[in-house]
Amino acid sequence: MNKRPWAFVVGGLLVALVLAGVVSNYASSHPDGLDSSLLKGCTVDADDNITGGSCPAQQAKDHELADSPLADYGVRGVDNGFLSTGLSGVLGVLLTFAVGAGAFWLLRRRSTGDATSGADATSGAVSGADGARATGPAVRG
Amino acid sequence: METLAMHISNGIINGPVAAVFAALALAALTVCVLRGRRDLDDRLAPMAGLVAAFIFAVQMLNFPIFTAGVSGHLLGGALAAMLVGPWVGALCVAVVLVVQALVFGDGGVAMLGLNITNMALLGTAAAYLLIAVLLRVLPRTSTGLAVTAFVSALLSVVVASQGFVVQYWLGGTTDLGGNLAGLSGTMAGVHLLIGIGEGLITATTVVTVAKVRPDLVYALRGLRRPVTTRAVPAVGGVR
Repeated sequence: MNKRPWAFVVGGLLVALVLAGVVSNYASSHPDGLDSSLLKGCTVDADDNITGGSCPAQQAKDHELADSPLADYGVRGVDNGFLSTGLSGVLGVLLTFAVGAGAFWLLRRRSTGDATSGADATSGAVSGADGARATGPAVRG
Repeated sequence: METLAMHISNGIINGPVAAVFAALALAALTVCVLRGRRDLDDRLAPMAGLVAAFIFAVQMLNFPIFTAGVSGHLLGGALAAMLVGPWVGALCVAVVLVVQALVFGDGGVAMLGLNITNMALLGTAAAYLLIAVLLRVLPRTSTGLAVTAFVSALLSVVVASQGFVVQYWLGGTTDLGGNLAGLSGTMAGVHLLIGIGEGLITATTVVTVAKVRPDLVYALRGLRRPVTTRAVPAVGGVR
């Protein structure tokens, strides 16, 4: 039978929290592929600030929400860079999950009848194949 | 100039073109909602939320590429398409981009339609077309699955980068002096390198999920037989 995904989802979220909360501090701070392509024609210093020349990136304007408390992946008011980045990452993961899972949960195809058996019955061939696969190896083995 | 922005910033593409792409993206996302609902059941909905959260996390991890002074990061279209399907997958990437633009000041709000078009729509669509072909051609082993993930992720990044080039051709705010091909080549070259990172991350993640919970990998549905790495059914069966 189809297993519930919640244990897996919680495990995956923990991995995401570690990546965004800790590993993010070791990410490269150089401009990414898009930004570096737009810097072509300009000269930059060691901190990637434009020092001269002419390039598309010079047209960049401020972000509408540059004053957001989490702007630029930092938490305003937290001075420690490591903590600020990590905390913003943790909040971002939780917020993205809340928005995503919430919206997808509301949008989901609701089955008639009780939750588990109803879902299996209505999704027909796909669930059937899943079920066969889930039990298949056990039967074959 | 801060270097944490990862997506198209305000001022790079002019307002009218950005508005057209906003309308285009909204229409396409509506189609994704309508088609995606067929896939979204009690199991896929939380999984899709996880995929969005995971992509947000990994997008923060800019990795250096071989060119000095340039980094790359995951776009996530191929990863989402493999794990939750193309329609819901595009919505996952779009959720990430909306959160980044509205909360993290990354990617102009006025540029959101452009960023969604490139990364959520083009990237995911290109990836899924490749996934659909490769999974039928390649052997149904974890190696086949890894190659599918790697190739589709790599090429989807290059396709997404060319989406930007088209947008810049339509509404770029700097006169390139007719050197659009130069921008196209630069973007393609650097994103080919970034695509290698995208491919490695996508393949590692998808193969890991397929080992732990093969039933949660959308791309493995509908195949007549499961991807068999011997370990996969054993783990699935025991639990």
